[in-house]
Amino acid sequence: MTIATIDTLPTEIVRGRGGGGPAPTRTTVAYGFWIFILSDIVMFSALFAAYAVLSANTAGGPTGRELFNLHNVFIETACLLFSSYTCGLGMLSAERRERVRFLVFAAFTFALGAAFLTIEISEFAGMVGAGAGPSRSAFLSSFFTLVGMHGIHVTTGLLWLAYTVAQVLVKGLRPVVLRRLACFSLFWHALDIVWVGVLTLVYLMGVR
Amino acid sequence: MDGYEQVLNDRPPGVEQQETTANFLSYTVGLVLAIAATIGSFIVSQTDLLWPPGVPVGLIVLAIAQIGVHLVFFLHLGSGPDNTNNILALAFGSLVVFLVITGSCWIIANLNDNMMPMPAH
Repeated sequence: MTIATIDTLPTEIVRGRGGGGPAPTRTTVAYGFWIFILSDIVMFSALFAAYAVLSANTAGGPTGRELFNLHNVFIETACLLFSSYTCGLGMLSAERRERVRFLVFAAFTFALGAAFLTIEISEFAGMVGAGAGPSRSAFLSSFFTLVGMHGIHVTTGLLWLAYTVAQVLVKGLRPVVLRRLACFSLFWHALDIVWVGVLTLVYLMGVR
Repeated sequence: MDGYEQVLNDRPPGVEQQETTANFLSYTVGLVLAIAATIGSFIVSQTDLLWPPGVPVGLIVLAIAQIGVHLVFFLHLGSGPDNTNNILALAFGSLVVFLVITGSCWIIANLNDNMMPMPAH
Protein backbone atom coordinates (compact mmCIF):
# COMPACT_ATOMS: atom_id res chain seq x y z
CA MET A 1 0.00 0.00 0.00
CA THR A 2 3.05 2.26 -0.20
CA ILE A 3 2.62 3.31 -3.78
CA ALA A 4 1.50 6.93 -4.13
CA THR A 5 -0.50 6.58 -7.31
CA ILE A 6 -1.92 9.34 -9.42
CA ASP A 7 -5.25 8.41 -7.88
CA THR A 8 -4.33 10.47 -4.83
CA LEU A 9 -3.41 13.57 -6.79
CA PRO A 10 -5.87 16.44 -7.13
CA THR A 11 -4.86 16.69 -10.79
CA GLU A 12 -7.38 14.08 -11.92
CA ILE A 13 -8.85 16.58 -14.31
CA VAL A 14 -5.59 17.03 -16.24
CA ARG A 15 -5.08 13.33 -16.91
CA GLY A 16 -5.42 12.59 -20.60
CA ARG A 17 -4.35 16.13 -21.35
CA GLY A 18 -0.68 15.60 -20.59
CA GLY A 19 -0.82 16.12 -16.82
CA GLY A 20 -1.07 13.91 -13.75
CA GLY A 21 1.84 11.63 -14.63
CA PRO A 22 2.13 8.81 -17.10
CA ALA A 23 -1.02 6.89 -18.00
CA PRO A 24 -1.28 3.22 -16.94
CA THR A 25 0.13 0.74 -19.47
CA ARG A 26 -3.35 -0.59 -20.17
CA THR A 27 -4.51 2.86 -21.21
CA THR A 28 -1.60 3.40 -23.60
CA VAL A 29 -1.83 -0.12 -25.06
CA ALA A 30 -5.56 0.25 -25.62
CA TYR A 31 -4.98 3.67 -27.20
CA GLY A 32 -2.40 2.27 -29.63
CA PHE A 33 -4.71 -0.59 -30.55
CA TRP A 34 -7.62 1.83 -30.94
CA ILE A 35 -5.56 3.73 -33.55
CA PHE A 36 -5.05 0.45 -35.44
CA ILE A 37 -8.79 -0.29 -35.31
CA LEU A 38 -9.65 3.16 -36.63
CA SER A 39 -7.20 2.70 -39.53
CA ASP A 40 -8.80 -0.68 -40.22
CA ILE A 41 -12.20 1.01 -40.30
CA VAL A 42 -10.83 3.64 -42.72
CA MET A 43 -9.77 0.72 -44.96
CA PHE A 44 -13.31 -0.69 -44.69
CA SER A 45 -14.74 2.73 -45.57
CA ALA A 46 -12.98 2.49 -48.97
CA LEU A 47 -14.61 -0.90 -49.57
CA PHE A 48 -17.99 0.50 -48.45
CA ALA A 49 -17.54 3.41 -50.87
CA ALA A 50 -16.66 0.98 -53.70
CA TYR A 51 -19.78 -1.06 -52.94
CA ALA A 52 -22.02 2.01 -52.75
CA VAL A 53 -20.71 3.17 -56.13
CA LEU A 54 -20.90 -0.23 -57.89
CA SER A 55 -23.97 -1.84 -56.30
CA ALA A 56 -26.31 -0.78 -59.11
CA ASN A 57 -24.06 -2.16 -61.88
CA THR A 58 -25.35 -5.72 -62.09
CA ALA A 59 -24.45 -6.17 -65.80
CA GLY A 60 -27.71 -7.99 -66.42
CA GLY A 61 -26.89 -10.49 -63.66
CA PRO A 62 -28.73 -11.22 -60.43
CA THR A 63 -29.53 -8.34 -58.09
CA GLY A 64 -29.30 -8.23 -54.32
CA ARG A 65 -33.06 -8.65 -54.05
CA GLU A 66 -32.82 -12.04 -55.81
CA LEU A 67 -29.69 -13.22 -53.99
CA PHE A 68 -29.98 -12.17 -50.36
CA ASN A 69 -31.77 -14.31 -47.80
CA LEU A 70 -32.70 -12.01 -44.92
CA HIS A 71 -33.55 -14.96 -42.69
CA ASN A 72 -29.90 -16.11 -42.77
CA VAL A 73 -28.69 -12.54 -42.39
CA PHE A 74 -30.80 -12.12 -39.24
CA ILE A 75 -29.24 -15.25 -37.71
CA GLU A 76 -25.75 -14.04 -38.67
CA THR A 77 -26.43 -10.67 -37.03
CA ALA A 78 -27.71 -12.35 -33.86
CA CYS A 79 -24.60 -14.61 -33.72
CA LEU A 80 -22.22 -11.65 -33.96
CA LEU A 81 -24.16 -9.53 -31.47
CA PHE A 82 -24.33 -12.27 -28.84
CA SER A 83 -20.67 -13.17 -29.38
CA SER A 84 -19.81 -9.51 -28.71
CA TYR A 85 -21.82 -9.74 -25.49
CA THR A 86 -20.18 -12.97 -24.31
CA CYS A 87 -16.77 -11.52 -25.25
CA GLY A 88 -17.47 -8.52 -23.00
CA LEU A 89 -18.60 -10.75 -20.13
CA GLY A 90 -15.50 -12.90 -20.66
CA MET A 91 -13.32 -9.79 -20.30
CA LEU A 92 -15.11 -8.92 -17.05
CA SER A 93 -14.47 -12.43 -15.69
CA ALA A 94 -10.82 -12.25 -16.75
CA GLU A 95 -10.38 -8.92 -14.95
CA ARG A 96 -11.85 -10.48 -11.82
CA ARG A 97 -9.47 -13.44 -12.25
CA GLU A 98 -12.38 -15.88 -12.66
CA ARG A 99 -10.59 -18.32 -14.92
CA VAL A 100 -13.26 -20.97 -15.44
CA ARG A 101 -15.97 -18.42 -16.13
CA PHE A 102 -13.66 -16.68 -18.61
CA LEU A 103 -13.05 -19.96 -20.45
CA VAL A 104 -16.80 -20.66 -20.67
CA PHE A 105 -17.51 -17.20 -22.11
CA ALA A 106 -14.56 -17.53 -24.52
CA ALA A 107 -15.99 -20.86 -25.72
CA PHE A 108 -19.39 -19.20 -26.33
CA THR A 109 -17.69 -16.34 -28.19
CA PHE A 110 -15.79 -18.79 -30.38
CA ALA A 111 -18.83 -20.96 -31.08
CA LEU A 112 -21.02 -17.97 -32.06
CA GLY A 113 -18.27 -16.54 -34.27
CA ALA A 114 -17.78 -19.93 -35.93
CA ALA A 115 -21.55 -20.22 -36.49
CA PHE A 116 -21.54 -16.81 -38.18
CA LEU A 117 -18.67 -17.86 -40.41
CA THR A 118 -20.31 -21.19 -41.33
CA ILE A 119 -23.52 -19.46 -42.44
CA GLU A 120 -21.55 -16.88 -44.43
CA ILE A 121 -19.39 -19.48 -46.19
CA SER A 122 -22.41 -21.61 -47.14
CA GLU A 123 -24.12 -18.45 -48.43
CA PHE A 124 -21.07 -17.58 -50.56
CA ALA A 125 -20.79 -21.16 -51.83
CA GLY A 126 -24.47 -21.14 -52.81
CA MET A 127 -24.06 -17.86 -54.70
CA VAL A 128 -20.95 -19.03 -56.56
CA GLY A 129 -22.70 -22.33 -57.37
CA ALA A 130 -25.67 -20.45 -58.80
CA GLY A 131 -23.41 -18.53 -61.20
CA ALA A 132 -23.37 -15.38 -59.04
CA GLY A 133 -19.64 -15.42 -58.24
CA PRO A 134 -17.39 -12.37 -57.89
CA SER A 135 -16.64 -12.31 -61.63
CA ARG A 136 -20.32 -12.01 -62.67
CA SER A 137 -20.75 -8.24 -62.27
CA ALA A 138 -19.24 -5.15 -60.65
CA PHE A 139 -21.96 -5.40 -58.00
CA LEU A 140 -20.90 -8.95 -57.09
CA SER A 141 -17.16 -8.13 -57.20
CA SER A 142 -17.64 -5.34 -54.69
CA PHE A 143 -20.06 -7.46 -52.62
CA PHE A 144 -17.60 -10.34 -52.25
CA THR A 145 -14.73 -7.93 -51.54
CA LEU A 146 -16.57 -6.05 -48.78
CA VAL A 147 -18.39 -8.94 -47.08
CA GLY A 148 -15.47 -11.32 -47.68
CA MET A 149 -13.06 -8.86 -46.04
CA HIS A 150 -15.30 -8.78 -42.97
CA GLY A 151 -15.38 -12.58 -43.02
CA ILE A 152 -11.56 -12.71 -43.18
CA HIS A 153 -11.45 -10.42 -40.15
CA VAL A 154 -13.81 -12.73 -38.25
CA THR A 155 -11.62 -15.72 -39.20
CA THR A 156 -8.54 -13.88 -37.94
CA GLY A 157 -10.43 -13.00 -34.76
CA LEU A 158 -11.28 -16.66 -34.13
CA LEU A 159 -7.63 -17.72 -34.58
CA TRP A 160 -6.56 -14.86 -32.30
CA LEU A 161 -9.13 -15.89 -29.66
CA ALA A 162 -7.87 -19.48 -29.70
CA TYR A 163 -4.30 -18.21 -29.36
CA THR A 164 -5.23 -15.91 -26.45
CA VAL A 165 -7.12 -18.66 -24.63
CA ALA A 166 -4.02 -20.86 -25.00
CA GLN A 167 -2.00 -18.05 -23.38
CA VAL A 168 -4.47 -17.84 -20.50
CA LEU A 169 -4.19 -21.62 -20.02
CA VAL A 170 -0.39 -21.60 -20.11
CA LYS A 171 0.53 -18.27 -18.50
CA GLY A 172 -2.56 -17.54 -16.42
CA LEU A 173 -4.39 -14.22 -16.17
CA ARG A 174 -1.27 -12.06 -15.86
CA PRO A 175 -1.40 -8.33 -16.61
CA VAL A 176 0.30 -8.80 -19.98
CA VAL A 177 -2.19 -11.51 -20.97
CA LEU A 178 -5.06 -9.30 -19.77
CA ARG A 179 -3.82 -6.47 -21.99
CA ARG A 180 -3.74 -8.82 -25.00
CA LEU A 181 -7.26 -9.94 -24.10
CA ALA A 182 -8.38 -6.31 -23.94
CA CYS A 183 -6.99 -5.74 -27.46
CA PHE A 184 -8.79 -8.84 -28.73
CA SER A 185 -12.04 -7.64 -27.18
CA LEU A 186 -11.64 -4.20 -28.83
CA PHE A 187 -11.08 -5.95 -32.18
CA TRP A 188 -14.11 -8.22 -31.75
CA HIS A 189 -16.43 -5.34 -30.79
CA ALA A 190 -15.10 -3.30 -33.74
CA LEU A 191 -15.99 -6.17 -36.11
CA ASP A 192 -19.54 -5.99 -34.85
CA ILE A 193 -19.59 -2.25 -35.62
CA VAL A 194 -18.42 -2.95 -39.19
CA TRP A 195 -21.16 -5.61 -39.48
CA VAL A 196 -23.80 -2.99 -38.57
CA GLY A 197 -22.64 -1.07 -41.66
CA VAL A 198 -22.65 -4.21 -43.85
CA LEU A 199 -26.11 -5.22 -42.63
CA THR A 200 -27.56 -1.78 -43.32
CA LEU A 201 -25.88 -0.87 -46.61
CA VAL A 202 -25.58 -4.28 -48.27
CA TYR A 203 -28.46 -6.38 -47.02
CA LEU A 204 -31.29 -4.20 -45.72
CA MET A 205 -30.93 -1.57 -48.47
CA GLY A 206 -30.07 -4.24 -51.06
CA VAL A 207 -33.30 -6.19 -50.73
CA ARG A 208 -35.56 -3.18 -51.29
CA MET B 1 2.82 -7.62 -3.25
CA ASP B 2 3.78 -4.34 -4.92
CA GLY B 3 3.34 -5.89 -8.34
CA TYR B 4 -0.18 -6.89 -7.49
CA GLU B 5 -1.04 -3.39 -6.26
CA GLN B 6 0.19 -2.09 -9.57
CA VAL B 7 -2.15 -4.49 -11.35
CA LEU B 8 -5.14 -3.29 -9.39
CA ASN B 9 -4.26 0.30 -10.22
CA ASP B 10 -3.91 -0.52 -13.91
CA ARG B 11 -7.09 0.87 -15.39
CA PRO B 12 -8.74 0.32 -18.77
CA PRO B 13 -9.59 3.41 -20.84
CA GLY B 14 -12.30 5.53 -19.30
CA VAL B 15 -12.24 3.83 -15.93
CA GLU B 16 -11.49 6.25 -13.14
CA GLN B 17 -10.14 5.39 -9.73
CA GLN B 18 -11.11 1.86 -8.75
CA GLU B 19 -14.66 2.38 -9.86
CA THR B 20 -15.21 0.31 -12.95
CA THR B 21 -17.60 1.48 -15.65
CA ALA B 22 -17.53 -1.90 -17.35
CA ASN B 23 -19.91 -4.25 -15.58
CA PHE B 24 -22.52 -6.85 -16.27
CA LEU B 25 -25.28 -4.26 -16.29
CA SER B 26 -23.65 -2.01 -18.90
CA TYR B 27 -23.06 -4.92 -21.28
CA THR B 28 -26.63 -6.12 -20.82
CA VAL B 29 -28.11 -2.65 -21.38
CA GLY B 30 -25.96 -2.38 -24.50
CA LEU B 31 -27.13 -5.77 -25.75
CA VAL B 32 -30.80 -4.88 -25.24
CA LEU B 33 -30.42 -1.52 -27.03
CA ALA B 34 -28.47 -3.14 -29.89
CA ILE B 35 -31.14 -5.84 -30.31
CA ALA B 36 -33.83 -3.15 -30.35
CA ALA B 37 -31.95 -1.17 -33.04
CA THR B 38 -31.34 -4.31 -35.13
CA ILE B 39 -34.96 -5.46 -34.99
CA GLY B 40 -36.02 -1.88 -35.72
CA SER B 41 -33.83 -1.90 -38.86
CA PHE B 42 -35.36 -5.15 -40.09
CA ILE B 43 -38.88 -3.84 -39.45
CA VAL B 44 -38.17 -0.54 -41.24
CA SER B 45 -36.70 -2.36 -44.24
CA GLN B 46 -39.37 -5.07 -44.50
CA THR B 47 -42.57 -3.11 -43.86
CA ASP B 48 -44.11 0.14 -45.05
CA LEU B 49 -44.04 1.61 -41.58
CA LEU B 50 -41.95 4.52 -42.88
CA TRP B 51 -42.70 6.59 -45.95
CA PRO B 52 -40.94 4.42 -48.59
CA PRO B 53 -38.50 7.06 -49.99
CA GLY B 54 -37.44 7.79 -46.39
CA VAL B 55 -36.48 4.19 -45.62
CA PRO B 56 -32.74 4.52 -46.46
CA VAL B 57 -32.52 7.58 -44.19
CA GLY B 58 -34.33 5.67 -41.42
CA LEU B 59 -31.94 2.72 -41.80
CA ILE B 60 -28.88 5.01 -41.68
CA VAL B 61 -30.20 6.74 -38.54
CA LEU B 62 -30.78 3.36 -36.83
CA ALA B 63 -27.31 2.14 -37.89
CA ILE B 64 -25.61 5.25 -36.49
CA ALA B 65 -27.62 4.89 -33.26
CA GLN B 66 -26.53 1.26 -32.96
CA ILE B 67 -22.88 2.14 -33.61
CA GLY B 68 -23.18 4.71 -30.82
CA VAL B 69 -24.60 2.05 -28.49
CA HIS B 70 -21.69 -0.27 -29.33
CA LEU B 71 -19.11 2.48 -28.74
CA VAL B 72 -20.54 3.47 -25.36
CA PHE B 73 -21.64 0.14 -23.86
CA PHE B 74 -19.22 -2.36 -25.46
CA LEU B 75 -16.11 -0.26 -26.15
CA HIS B 76 -16.68 1.98 -23.09
CA LEU B 77 -15.89 5.24 -24.79
CA GLY B 78 -16.93 7.88 -22.31
CA SER B 79 -16.13 11.39 -21.24
CA GLY B 80 -13.51 10.39 -18.64
CA PRO B 81 -10.05 11.98 -18.75
CA ASP B 82 -8.43 8.69 -19.85
CA ASN B 83 -10.68 8.73 -22.89
CA THR B 84 -9.79 12.18 -24.23
CA ASN B 85 -7.28 10.81 -26.74
CA ASN B 86 -9.53 7.90 -27.74
CA ILE B 87 -12.36 10.33 -28.52
CA LEU B 88 -10.08 12.64 -30.52
CA ALA B 89 -8.80 9.69 -32.56
CA LEU B 90 -12.39 8.55 -33.12
CA ALA B 91 -13.39 12.04 -34.28
CA PHE B 92 -10.56 12.09 -36.82
CA GLY B 93 -11.33 8.53 -37.98
CA SER B 94 -15.00 9.43 -38.46
CA LEU B 95 -14.00 12.48 -40.50
CA VAL B 96 -11.85 10.34 -42.83
CA VAL B 97 -14.59 7.71 -43.16
CA PHE B 98 -17.14 10.42 -43.95
CA LEU B 99 -14.87 12.05 -46.58
CA VAL B 100 -14.03 8.73 -48.28
CA ILE B 101 -17.63 7.51 -48.50
CA THR B 102 -19.52 10.72 -49.36
CA GLY B 103 -16.67 11.95 -51.55
CA SER B 104 -16.61 8.76 -53.63
CA CYS B 105 -20.39 8.67 -54.00
CA TRP B 106 -20.53 12.36 -54.93
CA ILE B 107 -17.74 12.21 -57.54
CA ILE B 108 -18.96 9.00 -59.19
CA ALA B 109 -22.58 10.21 -59.30
CA ASN B 110 -21.34 13.33 -61.07
CA LEU B 111 -19.29 11.29 -63.56
CA ASN B 112 -22.28 9.06 -64.22
CA ASP B 113 -24.52 12.06 -64.92
CA ASN B 114 -22.00 13.58 -67.35
CA MET B 115 -21.29 10.34 -69.18
CA MET B 116 -21.83 10.40 -72.96
CA PRO B 117 -24.40 7.83 -74.11
CA MET B 118 -22.43 4.75 -75.10
CA PRO B 119 -23.16 3.00 -78.39
CA ALA B 120 -24.26 -0.60 -77.98
CA HIS B 121 -21.70 -2.96 -79.47
